[in-house]
Amino acid sequence: MIHPIPPGTRDVLPDEMRELRRLHLALIEVFEARGYGEVATPAIEYDEVLARGDGRTADTAYRFFDGSGELLALRSDMTVPIARLVASRYASAEMPLRLCYLANAYRAVRPQRGQMREFAQAGVELIGAPAPEGTAEVVEVLEAALDAAGLERAIIGLGDADLYRQLLAEFGIEGEARDSILARLAAHDLVGLEVELSELEGIDDRQIATCVALSQLRGGKEVLEEARALGGAAVERATARLGETVQALEARGAAQRVQIDLGLLRDLGYYSGAILEVYDPTLGHVLGGGGRYDGLLKRFGIDLPAAGFALYMERVHVAQMEEEPRGGGNP
Amino acid sequence: MSAGVAGMGRAKTDGPLKIAVPRGALLGETLDILDAVGIDTDEVRGESRSLIFPGESITLVTMRPSDVPTYVEAGAADVGITGKDVLLEQADRVVYELLDLGFGRCRMVLAGRKGDERLGEAQRRLGMMRIATKYPRIAERYFERTGRQIEAIEVKGSVELAPLIGLADGIVDLVATGRTLEENDLEVREEIVECTARFVANRVSHKLRAREVDGLTAKLRQTLGR
Repeated sequence: MIHPIPPGTRDVLPDEMRELRRLHLALIEVFEARGYGEVATPAIEYDEVLARGDGRTADTAYRFFDGSGELLALRSDMTVPIARLVASRYASAEMPLRLCYLANAYRAVRPQRGQMREFAQAGVELIGAPAPEGTAEVVEVLEAALDAAGLERAIIGLGDADLYRQLLAEFGIEGEARDSILARLAAHDLVGLEVELSELEGIDDRQIATCVALSQLRGGKEVLEEARALGGAAVERATARLGETVQALEARGAAQRVQIDLGLLRDLGYYSGAILEVYDPTLGHVLGGGGRYDGLLKRFGIDLPAAGFALYMERVHVAQMEEEPRGGGNP
Repeated sequence: MSAGVAGMGRAKTDGPLKIAVPRGALLGETLDILDAVGIDTDEVRGESRSLIFPGESITLVTMRPSDVPTYVEAGAADVGITGKDVLLEQADRVVYELLDLGFGRCRMVLAGRKGDERLGEAQRRLGMMRIATKYPRIAERYFERTGRQIEAIEVKGSVELAPLIGLADGIVDLVATGRTLEENDLEVREEIVECTARFVANRVSHKLRAREVDGLTAKLRQTLGR
């Protein structure tokens, strides 16, 4: 007899579990070796506490009342629960603080799309280490994690979360118009972007061209120069931040896998400064991401810079399997 | 670069750049513009019943236009060409829309029977219009935006039939010349959006194959004279 489970959830049987376990251990070993201690937090939290982390809470898909009428929610990532944990338990600890996790998170799914409601993430959080060194350390750990997973061809996209907010402010675009344009940029709808910008008042063709061109700049260090050539204070600041991060990465010998990407825009509300995305040539989807969220801990009452990343374990496992014939995969 | 196309399993961004080519109304002009940027389309134009046309650096994969976002989102095709109508209907698919190719121009419209007040009457007296369409999400968004309620009835075949035989009060459909509407005694009541062919890319291919994707985009742009 078949008893159904909700769409977007799944059972894991021994053959897969054995491989997943190996992958999990390899990653946790990498994190621990670099001083990141593993933590676990409850899958269910108070909705109010999670909402404090991400004002939009769009990602929190599952809320329910407990027996005493409290509104609870399933976490949609680990970054917010760890911010809560740090504020509660490490407020007076010596910084920086290095934590890692391997945990399930929960998000809404669109029907018939093969998306997972429940998925495993492995990642780290580095609290109290500002840019650019803190960012560089996180990227270095990410690279070690990808190596441990056998994904030697994986690439890390490095962008700046503040670039477009500041650029649009410089252009005098605010409020709804700004949000709408940020959404176009995040979706990489260049046709819509151009149309929408041209319909705004007080913005000239050169500014439109700058915005469109910036979103397509990705590659090595040369793109920082190309971006600067487009001009403007926002671009100057973002490229300066990115330049410092790249310099810090180079000093650690950790810049080879990094692709600078000025078109990068992650849709989680709490990012500021550097943002990261991970790609592997074997997979059409993003393997993971992260970046800096220097304002997040302040919302929990301690003002500390922070950065981290999370890898989607199911996707990493798929990529690992695909890399095997090439001599990659499980080393 | 060893990954062959035939018999491949999961989506890969390896090997030749895979371009999703829409069969149907957009095919002719799609092949013309690919020719213009130096991509050999002779095989596709030939008698072959194949769906995949492998090449040295570029492989063409032919499919229904409405499948293009599915293949491109998954990375099974790196880039592709399809209509804006398809992209709007499947707005939740994550594909990068890089270029308006300008051809395949048509309008998404609300149409009703000529001289028939049923649309307005249903709206006024029943508070709700029944709209038959192949584009239920575009229709629902449009009426929501304009503050009206509809019951979207999804049909797969000739939408024009629905208001003629009483399934719906009106239709939302794509119109190129308007001849089909005319022949079925229907008329355009409202224009929703104009649609053209678009050049789209997979998110990861756009990052990892930046040079190829940008090169192709630039050549297409040049061909369009923009």
